[in-house]
Amino acid sequence: MILFSARGKARPRFFTHLIVIAGCVLMIYPILWMVSASIKPETEIFTTSSLLPSSWSLDNYVQGWNALSYPFGTFFINSCIVCAGAVLGNLIACSMAAFAFARLRFKFKGFWFALMLGTIMLPANVVIVPQYVLFKSLGWVNTFLPLIVPKFLATDAFFIFLLVQFIRAIPRDLDDAARIDGCNLFQRYWRIIMPLAMPALATTAIFTFIFTFNEFFNQLIFLNDQASYTVPIALRAFQDSSDVSSFGQLFAMSVLSLIPIFGFFVAFQRLLIEGISTSGIKG
Amino acid sequence: MARIPAVLDLEGAREERPAKKQSQSRRLSSEARENLGAYLFLLPWFLGLILLTAGPMLSSLYLSFTKFDLLSAPQWIGMQNYVALFQDPRWLTSVRVTLTYVFFSVPVKMAMALGLALLLNKGIKGLGLYRAIYYVPSLLGGSVAIAILWRQVFDADGLVNQALGLIGIHTTQSWISSPGTALFTLVALSAWQFGSPMLIFMAGLKQIPPEYYEAASTDGAGKVRMFFAVTLPLLTPIIFFNMVLQMIFAFQAFTPAFIVSGGTGGPDDSTLFYTLYLYQEGFGYLYMGYASAMAWILVVGIAIFTALAFLTSRYWVFYQDERGDNQ
Repeated sequence: MILFSARGKARPRFFTHLIVIAGCVLMIYPILWMVSASIKPETEIFTTSSLLPSSWSLDNYVQGWNALSYPFGTFFINSCIVCAGAVLGNLIACSMAAFAFARLRFKFKGFWFALMLGTIMLPANVVIVPQYVLFKSLGWVNTFLPLIVPKFLATDAFFIFLLVQFIRAIPRDLDDAARIDGCNLFQRYWRIIMPLAMPALATTAIFTFIFTFNEFFNQLIFLNDQASYTVPIALRAFQDSSDVSSFGQLFAMSVLSLIPIFGFFVAFQRLLIEGISTSGIKG
Repeated sequence: MARIPAVLDLEGAREERPAKKQSQSRRLSSEARENLGAYLFLLPWFLGLILLTAGPMLSSLYLSFTKFDLLSAPQWIGMQNYVALFQDPRWLTSVRVTLTYVFFSVPVKMAMALGLALLLNKGIKGLGLYRAIYYVPSLLGGSVAIAILWRQVFDADGLVNQALGLIGIHTTQSWISSPGTALFTLVALSAWQFGSPMLIFMAGLKQIPPEYYEAASTDGAGKVRMFFAVTLPLLTPIIFFNMVLQMIFAFQAFTPAFIVSGGTGGPDDSTLFYTLYLYQEGFGYLYMGYASAMAWILVVGIAIFTALAFLTSRYWVFYQDERGDNQ
C-alpha cells in the first residue's frame, strides 16, 4: 500500500505543481505588468508585453506624484487619517458591544443580538441617502467625519459578531475570579477581556484598515473637495483627467496605492488567512 | 431560576425587604447593575442603530414616496417613483445587467475557488506561498487601482490582446469599449478574486474526517466517486455559505463598473450596475426620492434571492450530525 502510493504519486504531484504554478503566474501577471509599466518609458507600455523594460526610470512616479493640484502625499495622509479613525472606532465600539453580548445578562438580549446579526448583511445603499442628508445638515461633507464617526457607533456589525465569537471562547473562570476580587464591569472589560481578545482585535484592526483603505463608494460621496481627497478618489480624478500619454504616471500612483495593503498582507499574512478561513470575512 | 425577569425580582424585594436577607437584596441589585452596565456598553451601538441604520432606513422608505432634490423639502407623490421605475428603460437595463453579472460571476468564482482548493488540499510543498499568491488578488481586487489596471488590460492595445497576439490571434478589439464584452471583463475581474472563498473551502476540506475516505476506499470507490460521494456532499454547507455571501456582494458591486466605464455604465449601458445607476440618479441628478425607491427595491430583491437560496438549500445542502460541527 505504502509502496504503491509512493510510486503512484510522484507524477501526479509534478503535474499538480505545474498547474498550480501556471495558475499563480496567470493570477499575478497583470499586477507585475502594472509595476513594470510604471517604470517603463511611456512608448513601451502598449507595444511590448515583456515585463523587463529596455530602460527604466522613476520619472512616472515623480511626475504622477504632482499631477493633481495637491501632491499625492496629501491624499495618502488623508487616507491614513480616515483609516486610523476607522480602526480606533471599530476597536472601541465593537469590542464594547461584543463584551456586553458575550458576557453580560440583560433584558431583551436575544432580540438585540438577532437585530445586530440582521444588520450585517444590510446593503449600504438603503441608508446612504438619509445619511448624506444628515451629514450634510451637520456640515460634515468634505470632512472625514462621515467616514469615521459611524465606526465609533459600531455600525460594522460584522466585527461585533467576530469579537463575540472570540470572547465566548475565553474561560469564564477568569471573569469570575476578577469579580470576586472586586473588579467592576469596566475593569473586567478593560483588564481581563481586552488583553485576552488581542488576536481577534488584531484581526478587526487589520481588516478595518484594508477595507477602509480600499473603500470607494462612501468616500466618493462625501469627499468632493480635492484637499480632502483620499487615495482612491484621487486616483479616480487622475484617471478622469489623464490622456493616453500619462498612463505610466497613472500606473505609478496605482502601484503606490497598493503598497500599504500589500505591506499589511505580508506582515500579517497568518492572521488574515486565519480570519478568513474561520469567519468568512470578505477579503 | 436566575432567568426571572429583573423587574419582578425588584418589586418582590421592595415589598418584603424587612424579611429578606441582606445577601439576597445585594444579589438582586448586582443583577440590575449588570443590566444597566450592559446597556451602557451597548450605548454606542444603540446610537448607531438608531441614528445611522434604523432611522435612515425608515427615512429612506419615506423618501421613496416623495420627490426630493435635497434643496427643497420632500414632496409626497405616493407610488409614483415605483411606477416610474418599472417604466424606466435604464432601470430595467440596470436590473438585467446586475442579474447577468450575479449569475455569471458567482458560479465562475465559486468553481475556481473550489477547484484550486482541491488542488492545494493534496498536501503539496510550498502550500503557504501558493495560497498567498492566489489570495493576493482577492485582497487588492476591490481597489480603484486594480480597476484602473483592468481597464488597460482589456483595452485595444492591452495585455489580453498582446497575449492573444503571441498565440497568433491578432485583434485590435477593445474588450471594454464593445457592449458585447464589457460586462464579461467585469465578470473576469470578479472571478480573478476567488482567493477568499478558496480559503474558506480549504478550511472546510480540512475538516472532512479522513475515516470517510478510508471507508469509501475500502468499499472500492475510485477518486471520482469519492469526490461526488464524500467530498461534495460534506462541502455543501460551505458551498451554500460562500454562495449566499458572494451573491449578496455581487448584487452591490460598484467600484469596478464605475472605474472601468468612467462612471457612465457604458458602453451603451452594458455595465450599468444597479448601484451605479442609483448613484447617478441620487448623487448625479439629485433625484433622491427616486434613488431611495431604487435602494428599497434592491433590499427587497436581495432578501428574496437570499430567502430562495435558503428555501432550496434543504434539497441540496447536507448537514452532518451535531457532533460533526466544530464551531
